[in-house]
Amino acid sequence: MTVIDRRADRVARGDDPALLEALRARDEEAFVEIVSRHHRSMLRVAALYASSPAVAEDVVQETWLAVLNGLDRFEGRSSLRTWIFGILVRRARTGGQREARFVPFSSLAQQETAGGESAVEPRFFADTASSWAGHWVSNPRPWTGRVDQRLLTAETHAHVRRAIEALPSAQRAVIVLRDVEGWSAAAACEALQLTPGNQRVLLHRARARVRTALHEYIDGD
Amino acid sequence: MATEHAVPAPGGISCRELVELVTDYLEGALSEPLRARFEMHLAACLGCAAYLDQMRATLATLGDLAEDGVLSDVRDRLLEAFRTWSRRA
Repeated sequence: MTVIDRRADRVARGDDPALLEALRARDEEAFVEIVSRHHRSMLRVAALYASSPAVAEDVVQETWLAVLNGLDRFEGRSSLRTWIFGILVRRARTGGQREARFVPFSSLAQQETAGGESAVEPRFFADTASSWAGHWVSNPRPWTGRVDQRLLTAETHAHVRRAIEALPSAQRAVIVLRDVEGWSAAAACEALQLTPGNQRVLLHRARARVRTALHEYIDGD
Repeated sequence: MATEHAVPAPGGISCRELVELVTDYLEGALSEPLRARFEMHLAACLGCAAYLDQMRATLATLGDLAEDGVLSDVRDRLLEAFRTWSRRA
């Protein structure tokens, strides 16, 4: 294995120092790797601040240029991802404030965490008059085993995608970063500037809605 | 109608309350006493065990959606910027 191969191998595994080293060496493969790793998440985050998808695209593109220009000065004290999303959020915020239809993310998060929203509709539970108050009227059935194969189909994926698109935007951003992209809670809080408590409320509501959509698809017919 | 449990609810948590604790449970954000009660309920309630199973299946499906989907024209534009940058720097 050559030095280049070994570096490519570490880059592919998500090794930050290796990726940074390769980027600084002007390695095009490394740049493609980091773009494919983060670009879609960046669009999701930018969309929270921007008035249109086109504006979000612009902000993300500007962010990549800023990343390239800052690369040689980046000291690696935070992870590359944290650094990149920090630049993105700063740019998206200042860009967003200049626009008429700007909705601050903090107010979206506030709206979407306010009020009571049930993970499962109340009609699925026995009412307070019953001695079974709060118990399932009819027990949910496990999906594993019974529908494992079905969960893997393209049709199921399409249902889940539609359920995600239908979510309010702060919930959508949180579930995409956490459950689709596999981010940690801490990284999502940092990128979206959420408190851990609000992040969990948004995640909870988003997951509950996606489960409900899957339930309707799987158990509904 | 499930009739396998006596009232009060296992763990002192109703099913309706339990579903609202599922995310905190999976995130490890429940206090130790509440986690113990959550698990006590779960061990005694088929419906809630199935609900948690459905939630785990939901998470697995969400994890399957990740893909390297950067449109080729976007990629080309960014690569162009990268080449300009690497020539200059």
